[in-house]
Amino acid sequence: MTEGKVVKGIKFKTFRDAGDPVRLAAEYDRQGADELVFLDITASVENRDILLDVVRRTACEVTIPFSVGGGIRTVEDMRLILSSGADKVSVNTGAFRNPHLISDCANEFGSQCVVLSLDARKKDKTHWNVFINGGREDTNMSAIDWAKKAVSLGAGEILLTSIDTDGTKEGFNVELTRAVAKTVNVSIIASGGAGKLEDFVEILTVGRADAALAASLFHFKELTIGKVKEYLNERNIAVRI
Amino acid sequence: MIVVVDYGLGNTGSILNAFEKIGITAVKSAEGNVIRNASGIVFPGDGAAGQAMRNIEMRQLIEPIKDFIAKGKPFLGICLGMQILLTESEEGNTKCLGIVKGRVRKFNSFIKTPQIGWNKIKFQKEREKIKNLSKNINDLSYFYFINSYYCDPTDKTIIMATTDHFGEFCSIFVKGNILGVQFHPEKSANAGFQLLKNWTKLC
Repeated sequence: MTEGKVVKGIKFKTFRDAGDPVRLAAEYDRQGADELVFLDITASVENRDILLDVVRRTACEVTIPFSVGGGIRTVEDMRLILSSGADKVSVNTGAFRNPHLISDCANEFGSQCVVLSLDARKKDKTHWNVFINGGREDTNMSAIDWAKKAVSLGAGEILLTSIDTDGTKEGFNVELTRAVAKTVNVSIIASGGAGKLEDFVEILTVGRADAALAASLFHFKELTIGKVKEYLNERNIAVRI
Repeated sequence: MIVVVDYGLGNTGSILNAFEKIGITAVKSAEGNVIRNASGIVFPGDGAAGQAMRNIEMRQLIEPIKDFIAKGKPFLGICLGMQILLTESEEGNTKCLGIVKGRVRKFNSFIKTPQIGWNKIKFQKEREKIKNLSKNINDLSYFYFINSYYCDPTDKTIIMATTDHFGEFCSIFVKGNILGVQFHPEKSANAGFQLLKNWTKLC
């Protein structure tokens, strides 16, 4: 989201407007989504009030869990978002710069609502670096190492986004997801690259992800959530229908 | 009036929103008298058992909760609110309320913890005893779970449903007027809302 609107980019650039977040959230809830993820990609101070308002209005509309992230720097930032009705909060740049943010938030609210949002980009065939600042800044740290460290500090879940595949619709990043899932013992939500039905099967089996996130596909109505779930169910992957 | 106990842990807002969606008036309160005189009590909770017990003691809520339960009116414990009804918890070796005999155990260390996500409930043969509560909820329905610990009640006949997370654990127990659910009905879409509706009818 930016300025209270849903947008979707390609590799974290060239954003396209996708509409009103609260309306979309309610629609996805009706379609049978299992969870909603809001990421405030501008996360400026001015935007914070807009975001909190969206969180409050969404909480009144939906019947499923939802997480919110973007610009979280302090325990107080997190408290405000949780008290506005979010079930979980994702931390990214703020946690990378100050890893104690993860342990502080986990001690205060419990690991179950602290999600590490990790944006990774390929370095070579089997290595990925962590990028922060909306994918603009290479930290030179390995995604695997950061995932391990964040979990040891108390992150209860990882939202793993592959910048290389984001918005491409060429499939999730199976290698990256599998590598992270093998390293840590928390749930992984794979994000970036969903383009067709088979992609979901692949990431949830070979990729070892616990959940798959898609944005463009649903925002621009190329697939419905029901269709994806039906397909997974036919292939004996446990889904709530 | 249905009262959601506000002891500073747990997303009371989500629970109030859920009741609003099913057209039921509910309020949150931390006052002994409001709790004692409720028609039904929801006891929520997220976070750690030790902190929960400290908060409840500090707010002097133990007696009002026990008084309410003794009246036999419907009491619903959700997640940590289910767990701290037991005798003790392995989470920080906490002595709990002791209203239901049993121990709260941690998932084995090789298991992904916390369990975060949707999982199925499997009704036990005791389901017969809770026809009204389980009305219109299919066996193997999905509910939303967030937990690292689970209830292991001493009396196994109070277990109404189990859930498989690398082994079966108790996901619903009913002891007299007390309903304990390990999942979050307020976040479990249709199945969760159906359970809240069924429970509300008893209040």
